Amino acid sequence: MKYKKNILAAPYVLWSALFIIIPLCMIFYYGLTDKSGAFTMENILAIASVGHAKALWRSLLLSLISTILCFLLAYPLAMILAGKKGNQTGFIILIFILPMWMNFLLRTLAWQTLLEKTGVINGILSFLGLPPLRIINTSYAIVLGMVYNFLPFMVLPLYNALAKIDENIINAAKDLGANKIQTFFRIILPLSVPGIISGVTMVFVPALTTFVISTLLGGSKVLLIGNVIEQEFTQASNWHLGSGLSIVLMIFIIINMLVTALLEKE
Amino acid sequence: MKFAKKIYVALIFLFLYAPIGTLIVLSFNASKTRSKWGGFTVKWYVSLFQDETILQALGMTLLIALLSALAATVIGTISCVAMNNMKRRTRAVLMGVTNIPMLNADIVTGISLMLLFISFGLRFGFGTILLSHITFNIPYVILCIMPKMKQFNPSVYEAALDLGASHITAFFKVMLPDLAPGILSGFLMAFTMSLDDFIITHFTKGAGIDTLSTKIYTEVKKGIKPEMYALSTIIFVTVLVLLFLVNAAPDKKQDAVL
Repeated sequence: MKYKKNILAAPYVLWSALFIIIPLCMIFYYGLTDKSGAFTMENILAIASVGHAKALWRSLLLSLISTILCFLLAYPLAMILAGKKGNQTGFIILIFILPMWMNFLLRTLAWQTLLEKTGVINGILSFLGLPPLRIINTSYAIVLGMVYNFLPFMVLPLYNALAKIDENIINAAKDLGANKIQTFFRIILPLSVPGIISGVTMVFVPALTTFVISTLLGGSKVLLIGNVIEQEFTQASNWHLGSGLSIVLMIFIIINMLVTALLEKE
Repeated sequence: MKFAKKIYVALIFLFLYAPIGTLIVLSFNASKTRSKWGGFTVKWYVSLFQDETILQALGMTLLIALLSALAATVIGTISCVAMNNMKRRTRAVLMGVTNIPMLNADIVTGISLMLLFISFGLRFGFGTILLSHITFNIPYVILCIMPKMKQFNPSVYEAALDLGASHITAFFKVMLPDLAPGILSGFLMAFTMSLDDFIITHFTKGAGIDTLSTKIYTEVKKGIKPEMYALSTIIFVTVLVLLFLVNAAPDKKQDAVL
């Protein structure tokens, strides 16, 4: 019987070898060779060139800021939702999954309409007599786009972690004389760490690697590392360089995973 | 405090739904440019159904979402059954591989599949998009089914075997009903992910074939056709209504019981 069941695993084992493992190996192959097929580190070291390093630095900075903003916005929201009685899953799905059914490119583009010089938000601001917002085609607009697109990925794991916390533990802390702030920092926050970790990963990685948000809201003035890689593949057709830069990107993703894994252990 | 909480939730709600509201308003905008309001019209809804290219892209998007979600659900379900019987270490390795497409950046997944298809000499088009979508959908399906699998009591399955059921009968009559909620949510998740994907499709599609996402992306520079706003409004409202119906249905049953 065991033998029979292992045959069942065959389709997926084959599939994942063919479409997950081999493709990754191909990136490493292309990234570590030049056009003649000889081994080279050049494609990876190309990250140090001024333009690439700048794009990478900007990506790291913007994705870090977006992750922090997402966390700060999502945590209170997740606490409010988790504090409600009964199962809130239906409501949460309504809020966060529903927008996904409207194409994300269109939703992001809609921010252009909202943020433009003569856009909706500036219309409201001038009506209220406030100075206009000039953030379209800047890094600020990109951060806003990242927070907008990836906020749900932060809220959902935080909500799951917070909803699991036993009410009795919090009540016990209160009984033992902890005030609200102490309860939060010594009980709630530590217990929600698994949620924080998966939330941070799910926001940081797509934000670090996006090329769409920067194209749509950065007005092709602000290049991120994702844009550089995308252009190497679709316009410059330099797959070797593109793969090399992708390897660098993966290194940062792995660093992020290691850091979060270490935090989880503590 | 309660008031402050409500305001906070409302503000986040506004932040998430302001762009959607904008798109809905734009779909009724008579002026072709995004930045001007030219009066109310439904003409884009009419011309949408005469626009071959948009309808084609819509059909392609739905077809790929449906086929990839179905294939991923079947493969995912079978492999969950198989993984449940594996040795701990083998299972951990396979789960680790499963996590790669979820943890890795979409752009890297897209590029890696593109390189694979190129070196296999596959013609870029419907087939390559479908293969890629199945690949990134399987992990979501597995993730949805695995918790149900862990809750499943193997003794029940063995009891069915003892009572003379074949493995196939036991699977369909005993195990499948228990896994069904996980399988369904896995399918829906895969369908949604496929529908909303742009990045991986961007790298694995060939010339002359478009899903809604890639079509919108190529239109960004020329200006989005207003018919696109009309289409996404229709999709959005349809899903909203469906969700309300689905959410309302079980409540009624409970009321009836009470």
